[in-house]
Amino acid sequence: MAYVAIADRQQELHDPQSFLTKYVWSQDHKVIAIQYALTAFAVGIVAVILSNMMRLQLAWPNEFAFIDPQTYYQSITMHGMIMVIYLLTALFLGGFGNYLIPLMCGARDMVFPFMNMLSYWVYLLSVVILMSSFLVPGGPTGAGWTLYPPQALLEGTPGSNWGIILMLVSLVFFIVAFTMGGLNYVTTVLQARCRGMTLMRLPLSVWGIFMATVIGLLVFPALLVSGIMMTFDKLFATSFFMPALISMGESADYSGGSPILFQHLFWFFGHPEVYIVALPAFGVVSDIISTHSRKNIFGYRMMVWAIVLIGGLSLIVWAHHMYVSGMNPYFGFFFATTTLLIAVPTAIKVYNWVLTLWRGNIRLNVPMLFAIGFIFTFTHGGLTGLFLGNVATDATLTDTYFVVAHFHMVMGVAPLLVVMASIYHWYPKVTGRMLNEKLGKLHFWVTFLGTYSIYLPMHYLGFLGIPRRYYAYGETDFIPNSAVDVNISITIATLIVSTIQLVFLFNLAYSYFRGKKAGPNPWEATTLEWQTPDTPPQHGNWGPELPTVYRWAFDYSVPGAVNDYIPQNQPSDETTGDAHETSDTGGGHQ
Amino acid sequence: MSLIRKLRSKPWETPGFPGPDTDGGVLLPDKKVGLWVFIVVMASVFGLFTVAYNMRIELATDWIAIPKPPVLWLNTAILVLASVAFERAKAAVHKKLTGDVKLWLVVGGAFTIGFLLGQYIAWQQLLASGYALSDNPANAFFYLITGMHGLHLIGGLWVWSRTMLRVWQGFEVTLSVELCTTYWHALLLIWIVLFGLLLST
Ligand code: HEM
Ligand SMILES: [Cu+2]
Repeated sequence: MAYVAIADRQQELHDPQSFLTKYVWSQDHKVIAIQYALTAFAVGIVAVILSNMMRLQLAWPNEFAFIDPQTYYQSITMHGMIMVIYLLTALFLGGFGNYLIPLMCGARDMVFPFMNMLSYWVYLLSVVILMSSFLVPGGPTGAGWTLYPPQALLEGTPGSNWGIILMLVSLVFFIVAFTMGGLNYVTTVLQARCRGMTLMRLPLSVWGIFMATVIGLLVFPALLVSGIMMTFDKLFATSFFMPALISMGESADYSGGSPILFQHLFWFFGHPEVYIVALPAFGVVSDIISTHSRKNIFGYRMMVWAIVLIGGLSLIVWAHHMYVSGMNPYFGFFFATTTLLIAVPTAIKVYNWVLTLWRGNIRLNVPMLFAIGFIFTFTHGGLTGLFLGNVATDATLTDTYFVVAHFHMVMGVAPLLVVMASIYHWYPKVTGRMLNEKLGKLHFWVTFLGTYSIYLPMHYLGFLGIPRRYYAYGETDFIPNSAVDVNISITIATLIVSTIQLVFLFNLAYSYFRGKKAGPNPWEATTLEWQTPDTPPQHGNWGPELPTVYRWAFDYSVPGAVNDYIPQNQPSDETTGDAHETSDTGGGHQ
Repeated sequence: MSLIRKLRSKPWETPGFPGPDTDGGVLLPDKKVGLWVFIVVMASVFGLFTVAYNMRIELATDWIAIPKPPVLWLNTAILVLASVAFERAKAAVHKKLTGDVKLWLVVGGAFTIGFLLGQYIAWQQLLASGYALSDNPANAFFYLITGMHGLHLIGGLWVWSRTMLRVWQGFEVTLSVELCTTYWHALLLIWIVLFGLLLST
């Protein structure tokens, strides 16, 4: 009976006593999750400020003294890197993963709490190192978030001395932190599920986070390897990536290195990174949509398989970022095929979300609004991906604003809408209070319509051929005046969207003290985190006894049941009101 | 129950307690599962170094092979012996022979330190004959790959030292010894692959 031994095993729970061990050096997954989330938000604000600076420059070139070409490139780089890695990856895995995995699996904590704590502190260190690059001579690197050599290391690129080294060192620390966290998430899902929680009874959030972590553990090494090799090129004048070249009129010490090698390594990490951000979003949004439509998720098994399949396929599409790098056309053909193949499971997921909504009993509250908004932006970004996934169309669109529009839709706005949906959804569990609904709706509509008015016109700019990563366009024949006006309107939308986030921050702070009391299960949801004895859950989550799970995560509107939801830990004979097992295996779920 | 069967089950059709052996994790201690996941990460790191190594040869014409100091063969033998020693320690800990556990742990650690010294000697020999890090990608890869592998062993030695401490204080160390053994085997295997790679180019 090894099984029972695992479910019932004694976990060492050191009940934290002092303020320091409870909130600072905490090993409790919930506290660590909040530490991760707050830190990610703090750097996220820096990234938003940088994007606003760039937008101001693009709308009114040369009006502002605080941004020159150097700062523009540094802003691009830091903005992109922070958003992708230090905000979204950290928030989805370190934040949501930490909070949700143990609660949704019915565990008391992560299986390695000490390592979990270490993971956060190393992450914080990586953030501090990254931020310190604003203070060093030359400032942060301006190489673009892709950090391509040779320019990343050459005089003339901002931050080519201190900046790039701090960036690489910070990334290495981030990867160490991620690995420590990732070992925890994977092992916890595999090992620490409570009794009755089979793999196929897991909520989709856990599946998404789990698969994203697996991918991350496999591909972050590529960033590590390329980062280390690049550091060697910089510090010890090796020539892994640096070709022979003349820099500033003098021939540099390099010879024979291959920038293309770097691109392969970088994108072997970089593309799956998109899915490290997207898969948790897929999972979380599935649970939110199902809960607020009062309907089981359409095609649960297909959703799980799609997550696994997308994760697997994401490892073999990376070179679609390199169509114009001069590679063999047959390679291009291969990677275009795999890229378009990935659209199949992805489309299945979109259909399933929509079909879950179909004839559901939709409750249009704030989390649901954000979740539906996600379906729009994600589909939209996915469709433009088809253009960029084909070699011939990509050749003309690459490095234009079409690309900027595409990736912001699909991996910028879409995951962030899910982040918002999740915060509105789980805030009541985390704090015990509801977020203000009116402010939430205001926040949603301005954000949703606002981001559309930022990114939709960018597609048009892309069609005009306006290149990305330009500080200013000057007098250029092919750029019509309308493009200038579009840039101004995009910037105004940006300022509005950014400002409305202050309302959100205010809501977070205000509701913490004044919000409506939430009760344990305000959304009438089935998953385990809503069934904890205390709200917010105490250290150890479950009181004296671990839950036992009797059903999957989506028993909404089951015919014959008393309530329109049946929690996962409710035994069958309690669902119908009478004491006999009757209609509980019956219909209602296809 | 195989993974495929698990993934094909229809969870909505079968509410109720699934019975004791329907599921419930891999039947290994958490730390072992964690270690295996970490070994996969390590394999990914060194696998990617290997890929980069071969691609760097393919993508340019400036590769000049570096001689492999014969001491590497000796080092390889020493690392094999270290693995054997850990295997003995594991056998001893299962038979509860604390004296033997201590002995073989010391031997395993000593061989490992010997291996690291040997690698250092190989570096010194190459440097003395003028193979500087930045002269050629072959040199750079040699120092980088052997260095990374050594760092992983040093990390292992840190866990080893804590195990030593515990065994001398009389604590239970079965799991720690098993974990060390697995880790050392993994690093031995990785070293053999890397050594083969270095020899073949
Ligand atoms: C407040 C909303 C945002 C605005 C207004 C914004 C704006 C911008 C601008 C103006 C650029 C530079 C375009 C160029 O000159 O080529 C940029 C680049 C970028 N952004 Fe955003 N962004 C936002 C949110 C995000 C989010 C959420 C992500 C997360 C994935 C993201 C990821 C990136 C990346 C990866 C780049 C490319 C950086 C590079 O070229 O190296 N952005 N963004
Ligand atoms: Cu991609």
